Amino acid sequence: MNTQNTLLCPELSAESLLKIDREVAKYPADQKQSAVMAALVIAQDEKGWLSKETIAAVAGYLGMPPIAAYEVASFYNMYDLHPVGKYKLTVCTNLPCALSGGVHAADYVKEKLGIDFNETTADGKFTLKEGECMGACGDAPVMLVNNKRMCSFMLPEQIDKLLAECK
Amino acid sequence: MALIDTINPLLTTGWAKGDAGWSLKDYEARGGYKQLRRVLESKMTQDDLIAEVKKSVLRGRGGAGFPTGLKWSFMPKAAPEKYVVCNTDEGEPGTFKDRDLLRFDPHSTIEGMIIAGYAVGAKRGYNYIHGEIFEIYQRFEEALDQARAAGYLGNNILGSDFSFDLFAHHGWGAYICGEETGLLESIEGKKGQPRYKPPFPANFGLYGKPTTINNTETFAAIPFILGMGGEAYLNLGKPNNGGTKLFSVSGHVNRPGNYEVPMGTPFAKLLEMAGGMRGGRKLKAVIPGGSSAPVLPADVMMDCTMDYDSIAKAGSMLGSGAVIVMDETVCMVKALERLSYFYYEESCGQCTPCREGSGWLYRVVHRIEHGQGRAEDLDLLNRVTDNMMGKTICALADAAAFPVRSFIKHFKSEFEYHIENKKCLVDPDIQRAGSGFFKAGAA
Ligand SMILES: Cc1cc2nc3c(=O)[nH]c(=O)nc-3n(C[C@H](O)[C@H](O)[C@H](O)COP(=O)(O)O)c2cc1C
Ligand code: SF4
Ligand code: FES
Repeated sequence: MNTQNTLLCPELSAESLLKIDREVAKYPADQKQSAVMAALVIAQDEKGWLSKETIAAVAGYLGMPPIAAYEVASFYNMYDLHPVGKYKLTVCTNLPCALSGGVHAADYVKEKLGIDFNETTADGKFTLKEGECMGACGDAPVMLVNNKRMCSFMLPEQIDKLLAECK
Repeated sequence: MALIDTINPLLTTGWAKGDAGWSLKDYEARGGYKQLRRVLESKMTQDDLIAEVKKSVLRGRGGAGFPTGLKWSFMPKAAPEKYVVCNTDEGEPGTFKDRDLLRFDPHSTIEGMIIAGYAVGAKRGYNYIHGEIFEIYQRFEEALDQARAAGYLGNNILGSDFSFDLFAHHGWGAYICGEETGLLESIEGKKGQPRYKPPFPANFGLYGKPTTINNTETFAAIPFILGMGGEAYLNLGKPNNGGTKLFSVSGHVNRPGNYEVPMGTPFAKLLEMAGGMRGGRKLKAVIPGGSSAPVLPADVMMDCTMDYDSIAKAGSMLGSGAVIVMDETVCMVKALERLSYFYYEESCGQCTPCREGSGWLYRVVHRIEHGQGRAEDLDLLNRVTDNMMGKTICALADAAAFPVRSFIKHFKSEFEYHIENKKCLVDPDIQRAGSGFFKAGAA
């Protein structure tokens, strides 16, 4: 089964394809395309970012036109269509967070790393992004590390700790 | 953060143990899945079930406040394939209640969805979870596995002839997917662009099939309503505003967090529960229902009770129950600039008035904030909003317009000061101190 999958889609690992299969199983048999959002995340996790080739491979695996998968990848903010650093930090600066230091936290990270939003440090370690409300405003300042890990109450000391942890 | 304070807890009863109380055995120990069992064992009719929900006057907790029982009754009886969809795409700035519901008590939402499936005759459901809370999505999947293993999901639930299965779908960073038809498009694996309504989801929903879509908190309330009876639930709140509600309190309070209180609780009481104003500073303004709701000045807000009718009478909306508290350190122009940027960034771009209008609003507020405002700009802003409201496919255009109109209406002199003096009325050092980020003399 696995080898058969990798033949169908050599671009992605057997492990990723197995994960995608589990997503496909959630939807009616004739609605495989519903799994595209999850599949693109799985592909992004494996590759670090989504190239046109990777997106086309996901589309092929799900039996949908490449452009339809590309539309999805470019519509949702958390897909990376360009290479990013090893650690992508996304800081929420929306108003509720800003009232409790969201913008100041972003400024603090910018100064420490010497980069602005949408930039990557020269050593390729960090990319900084500005985020919209993450549904965690009570824990402000909040930031996401590589899309999936949320860090709460990020005051200077916690930010220092997080940056030191990122090896 | 787990439970801090509450009056009459229902939804938050399971939060007491924080992250240690979410799993199936804890939920069952609290009486969980008893209502599902009762519905199935007594072979309650769909009509009776919907009638009980109607009696509770539960109104949708996602923002619009539409009566839930009535919504369920719109589902066509005969259709062979129907869906129940839960909206946990919580992206309305200020709102963080659904995250905690799924974090501390995912099974109440699952039980509510299964019961909804029974009531409307659906065999399959999806919970659409905000992409930014991936850890919560993973926990929800675990909770689904637990429910499936215990026979609460799947074929012939608890030995009855009712079958229902439920799956989780995650978003990946698009506010517009919170709009119910944008959300359905997104589950179908497309861009989350809202559909024209009508047809409404009850007739043409997921995969074109009849679909009931409700907010997480709406579903989570169902087991409690059935447990205590619709009428008792209604009586917890006030007429036409049944039950309790979660309020996400953020901004300049001492203890930001979620508070469950009966509908009709005075705002002053809620503020007190949230620890009062940070640093003892003065309340300036409150957005009572998420960033899309009109802002209210302090004195108006202090006279409100927390329910749909009182907040509407004061000129705003209860919305999602996100209470954004602002003190005197806030520059209202800068605050509005950030909100306007959000709507500009998140417009899905299908409707010209929204796509172009949201950009105009942001650019004009931005230039006022940056000392380049012109005398005619406030009229210009109001005219742009006139051309957006009610003229688009979904309500995001209105959501972009409400903050602009209300900020200008209630804080006009601050905008005028900005335009005339090319700077903030509130001193930048005072603004900087307000956030609490810089402690004890640090930079
Ligand atoms: C721009 C926009 C964003 C929305 N975001 C959400 C959301 O994050 N969560 C939600 O439950 N409803 C949201 N809604 C409301 C939904 O469209 C829908 O009314 C709601 O999910 C219905 O559930 P309810 O009746 O239980 O409230 C949004 C609406 C609009 C126009
Ligand atoms: S109003 Fe805005 S967000 Fe809504 S459908 Fe139109 S362009 Fe998209
Ligand atoms: S505003 Fe930052 S998480 Fe909501």
